[in-house]
Amino acid sequence: MNAWLEKALHDVAADATALRTLFPAVGRRVGRGPSATPGWTVDDVARVRLLRAAPGAAAEMPDLYRYGDAAEKRAVLHGLSELDTADIGDAGLELVADALRTNDTRLVTAAMGEYAATHLDAAAYRHGVLKCVFMGIPLAGIAGLARRTDGELRRMLRSFAAERTAAGREVPADLLPLLHEQDA
Amino acid sequence: MRIFDPHIHMSSRTTDDYAAMHAAGVRALVEPAFWLGQPRTNVGSFTDYFDSLVGWEPFRASQFGIAHHCTIALNPKEANDPRCAPVLELLPRYLEKDGVVAVGEIGYDSMTAEEDKAFAAQLALAIDHDLPALVHTPHRDKAAGTERSIAVVRESGIAPDRVVLDHLNELTVRMVKESGCWLGFSIYPDTKMDEDRMVAILREYGTEKVLVNSAADWGKSDPLKTRRTGDAMLAAGFTEDDVDLVLWRNPVEFYGQSGRLSLDGEAPEAEFAGNSILRGARK
Repeated sequence: MNAWLEKALHDVAADATALRTLFPAVGRRVGRGPSATPGWTVDDVARVRLLRAAPGAAAEMPDLYRYGDAAEKRAVLHGLSELDTADIGDAGLELVADALRTNDTRLVTAAMGEYAATHLDAAAYRHGVLKCVFMGIPLAGIAGLARRTDGELRRMLRSFAAERTAAGREVPADLLPLLHEQDA
Repeated sequence: MRIFDPHIHMSSRTTDDYAAMHAAGVRALVEPAFWLGQPRTNVGSFTDYFDSLVGWEPFRASQFGIAHHCTIALNPKEANDPRCAPVLELLPRYLEKDGVVAVGEIGYDSMTAEEDKAFAAQLALAIDHDLPALVHTPHRDKAAGTERSIAVVRESGIAPDRVVLDHLNELTVRMVKESGCWLGFSIYPDTKMDEDRMVAILREYGTEKVLVNSAADWGKSDPLKTRRTGDAMLAAGFTEDDVDLVLWRNPVEFYGQSGRLSLDGEAPEAEFAGNSILRGARK
């Protein structure tokens, strides 16, 4: 393992507040290329490992997000889904809501992970999915679609598709199977 | 002529300036955190500004083929406001960001006890975060302020070759040269220093450890003063290599001490938070 990361994991295990200065440095220490986890970069993986290693990371996450650059914010969003949600509870919802307000595809994608699938209420989850579709984010990256897609979301997506078709624009191919499902 | 402007406040400048700077040869710059003209009244104003220096502004610069880095600090003027001073506690988070290449601008404005405290604390942060420091010398009582700044730098334990004292003039250049710190000169239309006086200083003191900047901001200033100085150097008989040393290799060496300079001319980011600055249909 990267010697810097090894020491960093040790430091945050002893004191979670060490995350405040280690988190921003990760990219230049471990790299920023793709990792073995689909959709995650090497620095995403390392940052989430740091969150896992730090006892009480949940208390640090809101400020890591607030003061983070886009890469740090993305890692905190990934972390919401990866850490024990009992520690975080509903506290991550504000971060997810903030990310879903941006127009940064990296943040919107990361926001729609398992944490969002578990914690967002029906209206927020539907609008999260619709925003992803609108921004051209592949549906494969959105957690919980199979269990959380309901009649109202299908209606919204069909309406989106109708609007696109009327404008002579393409409907994303990965949307079609969802549109053809029958409402329960 | 390739130019690295080591001190310019691009947040106050227009896209026309970026285009003109690129046309003049500017390929890299450092934007120090400083006062905004209108005093800030709370810590959140600083953090939003810092976010912009590591987020939106580098993105804007990249659209014009210019590498943008910044320095982060509580400036001396606002160090005197108790509503602003608590931002010191948040600096460690920002001093680890990728685009941050020094602690600055720090130093003195009116040489108060509060400024003493913030100056010393931030030199300690520079040591902790393994960063160089950019020290602003005061507009009023400049010679005394510069002398006192050198003493504070010496006391802090930071290596003098990791510190630049900026906005120098004929009366302060010698003491800074003798201190072992880098020498910064801000070339302004009317005040501070002009390009012909700059050439005379280079003749007398040499080109070593000299940084020339435009310090352009929201006041009367000119982002092309770096280029004008290069032209004045050539007209006065300096070689192209001398100009390249002063306008490119020196700032690269100084800020390169951070280990965080990125001058590879990467392709511009397509969008920042979904917004393109070029404002037209993308083709």
